[in-house]
Amino acid sequence: MLEVRYRTARTLPLGRPVAPALPRGGILIQPAEAEARFSLRLRGPLSPGGFPLDRPINTVTGDDRRWVARLGPDEWLIGMPEGEADLLAEAAAADLRGRAHSLVDISHRNVGIDVTGALAADVLNAGCPLDLGDAAFPPGSATRTLLGKAEIVLIRHAGAVPSYRVECWRSFATYVHGFLQEAAIAAQPVERVPAR
Amino acid sequence: MLLIACPHCGNRPETEFRCGGQAHIVRPVDPAALDDQSWSEHLFVRSNPRGVHAERWCHSHGCGRWFNALRDTVSDRFLETYPAGAQPTRSSEITSPEVPATVTQSTVTQARA
Ligand SMILES: [Zn+2]
Repeated sequence: MLEVRYRTARTLPLGRPVAPALPRGGILIQPAEAEARFSLRLRGPLSPGGFPLDRPINTVTGDDRRWVARLGPDEWLIGMPEGEADLLAEAAAADLRGRAHSLVDISHRNVGIDVTGALAADVLNAGCPLDLGDAAFPPGSATRTLLGKAEIVLIRHAGAVPSYRVECWRSFATYVHGFLQEAAIAAQPVERVPAR
Repeated sequence: MLLIACPHCGNRPETEFRCGGQAHIVRPVDPAALDDQSWSEHLFVRSNPRGVHAERWCHSHGCGRWFNALRDTVSDRFLETYPAGAQPTRSSEITSPEVPATVTQSTVTQARA
């Protein structure tokens, strides 16, 4: 029984089935599939090893399936498909052997929501005070920040179309998803009603 | 919105930060040797200048690091931010350098606070 609830919580990020996302003009907000996430804390020299740890703070490396975001001088958030979680723990144990570090599985804590489209930055800026322009937040950026009243990790993936991943805590996911959906409505160009 | 320059992240909106009160307070090496007056002043008494104030700030909704800042309490302008353990370049501007005469000794770790 517990196992059933465990799987349910992991595969339904928002705790309930979400209606198929209707691509509005210029924006698509889509809860991500269940994924594995790890929080890595490590101090001292950063050996490249199997992990791209030595990248600048507030950047992400990898693709939209397997990524490593450096959130601070000694903190990384790692995301990957669920099936590879066990492999990462082994790889990290081999790579960081003898180093004091902390690698915590936070897959249950985190929920991902993908925000894609030409209006993505406008929608996010409804609740996020960061400058999301191409100069200040280019593709490959990743940082912890705020969206409305919730703390999120915002990741911008590379691609022709602006593509962001919002990572939030599970208990905030309903709020964050609703916030983004309402912001998407507000970001639409106003349809002019022809005068009668 | 007010921007605060985190030493690690650069200019970021103020809502991501949390203020931790006055900076550069040195913990007494041997608290047991202090009388009640000195100890309570160390714990509770802080300067409240009209002008430049050295403060501790935490980028709590960002990189999570603590750092120090010089802020003008009149204009709310941040004159400088610098990493924890460092000294500000314009230390002469601080209105009331809060160094209690009785507790100037400190270990290396405490002095870097
Ligand atoms: Zn920061």
